[in-house]
Amino acid sequence: MATAIGLAGQVDWDVPEQTGLWKDAWVRFRRNRLAVAGLVVIVLMIVLALGARLPTAPGGLWRILHLTNEPFLQDVTNSYATPSLQHPLGTDILGRDQLSRILYGASISLTIGIVVQFLILGIGGSIGMAAGYFGGWIDNLLMRFTDIMYAFPDLLLVLVFVAAFGPSFWSIFIALGLVYWVGLARLVRGQVLSIKEKEYVEAAIMTGTSPLKLIVKHLVPNSLGPVIVTLTFGIPAAIFTEAALSFLGIGIRPPEPSWGVMIEDGYAGIFADPRQVIFPGIAVALTMLSFTFVGDGLRDALDPRMRR
Amino acid sequence: MTADPILLRVAGAFKHFPISGFGGGAVRAVDGVDLEIRRGETLGLVGESGCGKSTLARLITALLPATAGKIVFDGQDITRLKGWRLRRVRRKMQMIFQDPFASLDPRMTVGDILQEPLDNFAIGSMRDRRRRVQELLRLVGLNPNFTNRYPHEFSGGQRQRIGIARALAVNPSFIVCDEAVSALDVSIQAQIINLLQDLQKEFQLTYLFIAHDLAVVRHLSDRIAVMYLGKVVETAGRNDIYERPQHPYTKALLSSIPVPDPAVERERAPISLKGEIPSPVNPPSGCRFHPRCPIARVPGICSEQEPPLEPHGARDQVAACHFAGQA
Ligand SMILES: Nc1ncnc2c1ncn2[C@@H]1O[C@H](COP(=O)(O)OP(=O)(O)OP(=O)(O)O)[C@@H](O)[C@H]1O
Ligand code: SF4
Ligand SMILES: [Mg+2]
Repeated sequence: MATAIGLAGQVDWDVPEQTGLWKDAWVRFRRNRLAVAGLVVIVLMIVLALGARLPTAPGGLWRILHLTNEPFLQDVTNSYATPSLQHPLGTDILGRDQLSRILYGASISLTIGIVVQFLILGIGGSIGMAAGYFGGWIDNLLMRFTDIMYAFPDLLLVLVFVAAFGPSFWSIFIALGLVYWVGLARLVRGQVLSIKEKEYVEAAIMTGTSPLKLIVKHLVPNSLGPVIVTLTFGIPAAIFTEAALSFLGIGIRPPEPSWGVMIEDGYAGIFADPRQVIFPGIAVALTMLSFTFVGDGLRDALDPRMRR
Repeated sequence: MTADPILLRVAGAFKHFPISGFGGGAVRAVDGVDLEIRRGETLGLVGESGCGKSTLARLITALLPATAGKIVFDGQDITRLKGWRLRRVRRKMQMIFQDPFASLDPRMTVGDILQEPLDNFAIGSMRDRRRRVQELLRLVGLNPNFTNRYPHEFSGGQRQRIGIARALAVNPSFIVCDEAVSALDVSIQAQIINLLQDLQKEFQLTYLFIAHDLAVVRHLSDRIAVMYLGKVVETAGRNDIYERPQHPYTKALLSSIPVPDPAVERERAPISLKGEIPSPVNPPSGCRFHPRCPIARVPGICSEQEPPLEPHGARDQVAACHFAGQA
């Protein structure tokens, strides 16, 4: 085929300076101070949690470096110790070091909070995608099922599931995933329905794009922004639910110290030593707040309407 | 083998969008359209907003299934095609979309957008494809080095050029331009129309060029079809439509185009149409133009009998009006 240079008549040669979409979002995210502060706290929290588990738990790197004690080491002669150089946050009723337990607990709470989001993404994302993409009776069936799941109170559903399968890390994990996918499924379905109407999807079909490629290359990338935001807000929700369940005594089993377990333990002796509740409580609150700020920042940064 | 001079034939095409909810009914967006497009020509399709032009374009390109009727492209009935058989047709038939801001995926670079059709049809090696992308950009008057840019970095006119390049990627013989210039500034409209004309000469393209007024299609089209409320009401050669329109609706559309000559402009009495376009859910009985028609005989034949599309006026001219050419 002949290439005709200048065939186009007037040549439209210049475009403004280059900015990728994600780069653009990052610039906007950075302008939000609270979101950046939240991100810093989260990263710090993750580093501390990793250090408490690696290279080998319990206590991990921090213990090896003599920065903390062993989270499971009991010393009943030293219960409810006030903060000191050796136990910066004091000890609990069994004389276990609170700081090392909070750091170890961070690894459990964060893992639950973050990893559950992948389960939610897997279930909610694929159900929402299928409903939105196929429409018709598939959409009807999936969405009625979603409505039914939605009609149950969240905590009740988790309680039933954990009661049935016994309290453990895995049953909490799966129960949270099974409860929280509903919101994401609805979101993804809505996203896909609106993206499906966009001319660029028709254009892709017109140029011979197969259904699978259409989903992977157009529908998924274009619905990613709100999904990421929702999952980010889901992390504090999951952390809180885990803490609540553990507090009710049906969550993670002691001696594994999730923050919820620590608050429950400490609650028994709250009058003897309120620090037992205050420190893990602060950890939960700080983490939830940080993820919420980051979620807010992401929502604004990824919203295409906010683009200059 | 002598090629059929007719490249695309639309026969009795209907598209009804059912209205969900209580009461039912349907939006009769396309309501019985017959149309032929000849090899190498540009057929202009005009009509007011909402008359079903885009829906007809989507039937022709098989983006929507027809409720009834038949679309024959290049001798092949494509009405019920699916999967790879349909995709194969799309190597020869492409579309340029109305909204240059909605028709490019905002998450893909221009290079990826233009390479997608080449990938889909496995055209050439990877290196050939990249070279072809640059060639396409050059062809539509864009800098071939901008393959890493995102659509939002371009102006409306530049984006429409990208849309044109995408349509050209697979070397089609037929392109549907659905209001390809309506969203652009007037000065840029002219550039894009010139580009489309140059490309047509270079690659022997056949166009269906959709617009909502007769002014835009005038110097681009060989023949013009006028659509009203889901039906084609008149088709004729370009000059015949402008010089001796047969359908009162065509006359009304023509009279609303401003004339450059001020003397003529002063003399001119635009025919103003009564009322609004009726809803396509309940089109008027008989001739669906009768509530707004300045020469309608109501009550009478106009509100009772639907006028068929019949030869009137010049050779090759058809109009659907009981009183075609009168007044
Ligand atoms: N998917 C759909 N579902 C229901 N109704 C639709 C759908 N698409 C179009 N319609 C209706 O069909 C009619 C024709 O729409 P269409 O988009 O074809 O008009 P158009 O001539 O292209 O108008 P415009 O000049 O505004 O682009 C309109 O009344 C519109 O509301
Ligand atoms: S058939 Fe009657 S109402 Fe319809 S356009 Fe002709 S004159 Fe007007
Ligand atoms: Mg349209």
